[in-house]
Amino acid sequence: MTAAVNESSSAAALRAAFGAAIGRSAVVHGATIVHVSRERAHEILAWLRDTPGERYDYLTDVTAVEYRDRERPLEVVYQLRSIPRNAFLRVKIELDRSGPLEVDSVVDLWQGANWLEREVWDMFGIRFAGHPDLRRILMWETYDEGHPLRKDFPLRGRFSRAEQVRRALGADLAAHYSMGELSIAEAYDALPADMRQRLKDEAGAGGSA
Amino acid sequence: MELTAGAGERAGFVSPNWVTTRLDDLVNWSRANSLWPMAFGTACCAIEFMATAASRFDLARFGMERVAYSPRQADVLICAGRLPFKLAPVIRRIWDQMPQPKWCISMGACASTGGIFDNYAMVQGIDTIVPVDVYVPGCPPRPEGLLYGIMLLQKKIKRETVFDPTLRVEQLANEHGLFLEPAAVDELSEPFGNSVQQTRSA
Repeated sequence: MTAAVNESSSAAALRAAFGAAIGRSAVVHGATIVHVSRERAHEILAWLRDTPGERYDYLTDVTAVEYRDRERPLEVVYQLRSIPRNAFLRVKIELDRSGPLEVDSVVDLWQGANWLEREVWDMFGIRFAGHPDLRRILMWETYDEGHPLRKDFPLRGRFSRAEQVRRALGADLAAHYSMGELSIAEAYDALPADMRQRLKDEAGAGGSA
Repeated sequence: MELTAGAGERAGFVSPNWVTTRLDDLVNWSRANSLWPMAFGTACCAIEFMATAASRFDLARFGMERVAYSPRQADVLICAGRLPFKLAPVIRRIWDQMPQPKWCISMGACASTGGIFDNYAMVQGIDTIVPVDVYVPGCPPRPEGLLYGIMLLQKKIKRETVFDPTLRVEQLANEHGLFLEPAAVDELSEPFGNSVQQTRSA
């Protein structure tokens, strides 16, 4: 139990720093879960990453939950990990169904959120404001049946099977499987200076060899 | 293949240099015994395919010495595993790139029917995309199962005739952008077995 109390220290620190923006928190099976407000979520996540006592420097996962109970709001879930402190924290944002399904993107905090947020958009239809490239990632880009993991999405999709096959066969292969997608060239400027130097050295060594 | 050397033997001579046979027998014999597979492995069936190709079961015993991995040098497409809609145009392009004569084996429950994946993302049987010659049941089929499917395909090939041009016609997409009538695609994709009670809205 002492470990559990220790884990929830982040929740107490959040409450001290952000007050009403922090909702309920709980420790479930040793994992701390903190609900935060949608409006200040980005600020709170940035604080969790940068504050010396927290240092959640690694974003393990971004996902979403829709409960079978139609009254419950959707949740966006951030699974944070602090590598130096060996600690975990789960941050949840509740999204009311009547309001816009939109939260602020955290790609500017953790680069790894890019594809994770695209997946949440693809599967749940939750938009991430400020995302650099918010488009589908699992379904193909011209997929037009909605967001499959929503509870109101029929298991077999909305179109007839013939229509689904027709649309799938009509997809432009080159548009979806281009080598450009795999290129890291355009990410070069965003890399840390030491990694840029290492790549430059390797390229130089490869050129002379 | 039946060689008609018997007649020569009866006439008192046997030449080692020539035999007579039916052209169909000769062509089908050579085709059936040098099937180069193009493995399209998407799931666990591909693991069984690898086991089939490896030393214990040894696909090479049946003339499949070379697994092509290049559609242009392949004779039989083996779809081993489930096919999501996203891969449907890929398998169709691979099929179109394969030269005639060509055949297709649908390996396993998912490739043949969609299997347990009766959902929004999965093709309900690759026969809605490419024409299938042999369906191998199983989840996944054991190597013996795949080998039996291959032997059935060889049997089928040996009954073909080179004088039937309809066997080797390249199939083009119809006006619906499909390779079957839409109603046929819908019918092939219908749930079966335990799930007949389900409706599309379930």
